[in-house]
Amino acid sequence: MIQLIVFLPLLAAIIAGLGNRMLGNFVAKILTTGALFVACALSWPIFLDFVAGGQTAYVVPIFDWIRSGELDVAWSLRVDTLTAVMLVVVTSVSSLVHLYSWGYMDEDPDQPRFFAYLSLFTFAMLMLVTSNNLVQMFFGWEGVGLASYLLIGFWYHKPSANAAAIKAFVVNRVGDFGFSLGIFGTFLVFGTVSIPEILDAAPAMAGSTIGFLGYRLDTMTLLCLLLFVGAMGKSAQFGLHTWLPDAMEGPTPVSALIHAATMVTAGVFMVCRLSPMFETSEVALTVVTFFGLLTAFFAATVGTAQMDIKRVIAYSTCSQLGYMFVAAGVGAYGIAMFHLFTHAFFKALLFLGAGSVIHAMHHEQDMRHYGALRKEIPITFWTMMIGTLAITGVGVVWLHAGFAGFHSKDAIIEAAFASTNSLGGIAFFTLVFAALLTSFYSWRLIFMTFFGKARWRTSEHVQHAVHDHGGTDTGDGTGGYHPHESGWAMLIPLLSLSVGAIFAGYVFTHEFVDSEAFWAGSVAFNEHLIHELHGVPMWVKLASTVVMLIGFAIAWLAYIRYKDWPARFVEQFRVLHAFLLNKWYIDELYNVIFVRPAFAIGRFFWKRGDKGFIDRFGPDGVSALVASGSTVTRRFQSGYLYTYALVMLIGLAAGATWAITR
Amino acid sequence: MNQLNFPILSLMIGLPLAGALLCLIWPGQGEAKAQMARVLALGATLLTFALGIGLWLTYEIGGPQWQFVENYPMFGRFAWALGIDGISLMLIMLSVFLMPICILASWKSIQTRVPEYMAAFLLMESLMIGVFTAQDLFLFYIFFEAGLIPMYLIIGIWGGAERIYASYKFFLYTLLGSVLMLIAMLWMVQQAGTSDIPTLMAHDFPANAQTWLWLAFFASFAVKMPMWPVHTWLPDAHVQAPTAGSVILAGVLLKMGGYGFIRFSLPMFPEASADLVWIVFGLSMVAVVYTSLVALVQQDMKKLIAYSSVAHMAFVTIGLFAFNRQGIEGAMIVMLSHGLVSAALFLCVGVIYDRLHTREIDRYGGLSDNMPKYAILFMLFTMASVGLPGTSGFVGEFLALVGAYEANSWVAFVATTGIILGAAYMLYLYWRICYGTLEKEDVKAMPDLSRREMATLAPIATVVLWMGVYPESFLAPIRDDVGVLLERIERANPPGDAQLVMGAGMPVEAEHGGGHASEGNGESHEAEGAH
Repeated sequence: MIQLIVFLPLLAAIIAGLGNRMLGNFVAKILTTGALFVACALSWPIFLDFVAGGQTAYVVPIFDWIRSGELDVAWSLRVDTLTAVMLVVVTSVSSLVHLYSWGYMDEDPDQPRFFAYLSLFTFAMLMLVTSNNLVQMFFGWEGVGLASYLLIGFWYHKPSANAAAIKAFVVNRVGDFGFSLGIFGTFLVFGTVSIPEILDAAPAMAGSTIGFLGYRLDTMTLLCLLLFVGAMGKSAQFGLHTWLPDAMEGPTPVSALIHAATMVTAGVFMVCRLSPMFETSEVALTVVTFFGLLTAFFAATVGTAQMDIKRVIAYSTCSQLGYMFVAAGVGAYGIAMFHLFTHAFFKALLFLGAGSVIHAMHHEQDMRHYGALRKEIPITFWTMMIGTLAITGVGVVWLHAGFAGFHSKDAIIEAAFASTNSLGGIAFFTLVFAALLTSFYSWRLIFMTFFGKARWRTSEHVQHAVHDHGGTDTGDGTGGYHPHESGWAMLIPLLSLSVGAIFAGYVFTHEFVDSEAFWAGSVAFNEHLIHELHGVPMWVKLASTVVMLIGFAIAWLAYIRYKDWPARFVEQFRVLHAFLLNKWYIDELYNVIFVRPAFAIGRFFWKRGDKGFIDRFGPDGVSALVASGSTVTRRFQSGYLYTYALVMLIGLAAGATWAITR
Repeated sequence: MNQLNFPILSLMIGLPLAGALLCLIWPGQGEAKAQMARVLALGATLLTFALGIGLWLTYEIGGPQWQFVENYPMFGRFAWALGIDGISLMLIMLSVFLMPICILASWKSIQTRVPEYMAAFLLMESLMIGVFTAQDLFLFYIFFEAGLIPMYLIIGIWGGAERIYASYKFFLYTLLGSVLMLIAMLWMVQQAGTSDIPTLMAHDFPANAQTWLWLAFFASFAVKMPMWPVHTWLPDAHVQAPTAGSVILAGVLLKMGGYGFIRFSLPMFPEASADLVWIVFGLSMVAVVYTSLVALVQQDMKKLIAYSSVAHMAFVTIGLFAFNRQGIEGAMIVMLSHGLVSAALFLCVGVIYDRLHTREIDRYGGLSDNMPKYAILFMLFTMASVGLPGTSGFVGEFLALVGAYEANSWVAFVATTGIILGAAYMLYLYWRICYGTLEKEDVKAMPDLSRREMATLAPIATVVLWMGVYPESFLAPIRDDVGVLLERIERANPPGDAQLVMGAGMPVEAEHGGGHASEGNGESHEAEGAH
């Protein structure tokens, strides 16, 4: 069963990928999409069994992988509650994204390759979530990285897509650098890479110290932080986040699947999977919390100033991942996973909705050229509304009922308040403020896209479309363009995800947040914290709802009621706006301190080191010394073979002499 | 000791040699003779490969350390002594596997003096097999040094415009190492009274002499690896060599340095190896960072891959001198994997060089459009070079770094930056060759892989994935031999810098001190009764 779920997508990817031009578009699409729907249909019963409590964790061995002394790594598939959650998230979103791509990629000449990459990604992600040891997790980790690289660069004719793809891979590799060292260190300390064995032995290691780079550090803190660097890379946390917004160069279904719902949550998954390990180091948990809240805040501020619809959602993703890390950092791993679960549905929905808008607007992504789209593409509009209600956390506190984000995001905010983590208080206020920003940028997106007057005429993409299809410029903002609602292949996934965005929170709150029995030891469960969480004061529970309303109100005032506000704000706070628009200038900073020096130093080593020093005083110097004069040098050079043979002969003669005279 | 009833090792050395002679003396003129030479060479290398498979299948894992032993006294104490252990076996397999591919890769691109070219390759195959099988010190020396002569010829005669300078540089570097190694060998034989390698591997040389001997051997092996800073011959040699020459150079000749460290430096001079480990670690750390950065700015495809080879070889030296099982086994797998992957990358360069006759990266771009099969295979080898799990590159690099971390966290820390830099220069290369837009007319006209080219790349791709997914096939034969080596060097094993100290109230275990380079203390990690 689990073998089918994991390996069907791989099989489909191989057939579709290698049979590329022979099989044709339709076969490749039906194979990959079919495989994913089968995997999805097999995954839900597993998850529901765990929800019903009728299932216990098990491991399916496949075969040996790397054996070297104590290091014994096997290919195997682990199924427990944590895996089951990820299985449904990955297979559901992936199958819907496959289906959606039938519509979105319909005109692309290279469809088999696209679908093969999508299925390959799904396989790698499934290997990641079913791994029973750190090395197989790393396999999945790198596998999704590869698929992400290939898909970001899918339109490889575009230089910007190629640059974004390389950036994603290399920045992730910086994270993997930490992850790798973490695995090496874990093996050194525990003598195994098997996750259950490590987690069993971890508590006994608390308080021990280890030497590292000349320092003596707390063992568990060191290991957790090294592993967390990996999580930061994959989950685009502050410092290693720069690749995620650029990754929007890829086709939009890719952004929904990889850069919103699944791959970027792998870091959160990793911290939860290893939660008993992180529990042994307070310092590590504080660091996790710190980066989580910093990212949640940073990305939310940047999201308010972006004009590209996909970049707004990308920063939103980055920010929401910060929320998840705060939850993990304060010890509420179940809640972190809960937000991962609900976020997968509403963020995939928002991305696919944005894709539908982009599709309707002839590849225009700048929201300044949108407006008034709600009547033109009503189903897209309503599903995106649902997504927005979900991400902003709309719900009624007294009824304990609301959209998906209401349950999971508010639980994180409450957990931060209730926690004993030294950063808990700061985290609480930061997250509440970030929730205000979330509400603002989400509604800003809706208002700019779907409300107001049409501003399509100014878009070059739309002008091309009008030109090609022979429409006439009627003088109003539409420029004579008529957006069309997407086809059913794209609408069905939107509608399906809407169901998740509405109900995923309400239905599963009890299991994810409260039920230690549900998690059954697959993540560390802090019963005390959950108890405290239910006892937080009413104002804490209301805080997120209040800021959500404030955010909505500001967005409504600025983009519907008083439309000159944004311009006046920019006028007034020019520096702040530029700071946000340019993403805190972090890309520029990295360019100056990493990228350009790397090339400069490389050139220096090559020209000055290899040629100017080693060769000059090495071989070139020797030949100049032996013979100054070009003809002699040439003769010496061409005669080198004889010299060499002579030396060899002398050696052999010496050897032979010894052999005979002894 | 021989599982087969005939001297298979001598046969494997003799067969290519006979092929080489046939190539030269086969009657005929011009194209007919050239074609005959190609067919003869392909036949001889395939036959040798078949013998190699027979060797692998009959090699007894867990059997005696030295198998297929042959010993024919020649004169005095000098003997035609051959025999292999698992380490030799794997390197022989690498050589005989790559040889037919080299012949195929040269099928069309070499048009001048074909019989001599084929003869040179076949001669080189004989000598390479000789290096990995010789059990007599002088026999090893002959094979080791003579093996380079055909390589000089291949670069010097069939190479590019700067071929004389390149082979001269190659020569100067290796000469110095050879002389020192020869002197050391003579001294050793004098001291130990035998030239039998297995005996020497168990001989305890006095500690002060070990240092000098170690340094003499190091001079030779470091050049072959090549290690920084004696690496500058490699980019020039690669750039000037014909494609198949690069394949053998990167695929097999570089491995002779690593083989030398395993066979000589470590077991014969364990104390010196431990004392001088800082030289190896220091140079290797510099090499990883330095050559990776240099690779990043190269404009010439072959130079880029040549520099990446230096960085990868640094993982070998780091792993070998980690003094533990993961390190040494990892180093072996890196050698095998790099042998395959760099060979494949040079073949990939050869494929497009044959079409456009330039190695300049910027002349290409957008090849995914008109050469999709090529783009897929090139991507696979790029990823293997980057060390993506599931390819052979990962297994070796991972094990070598695990070993390095146990030995010294600084080494692991610096060397692991290689995974970032490696990704940067390889993907940057791939972008400029295969991605982007097809603009230039001559690039547009390039056809996809021919069946012959497919036949050179597909087998390597298969083995790269095989080694990545099920490396046990390649680890099992070397396991016992690495064990023997570990037993030998255990006494000199320097302590690691991890020095785990249990917290207050925890049971303190002495064994945690030096990591666990030694076998079988895994149980001690189950710190029972903690609370």
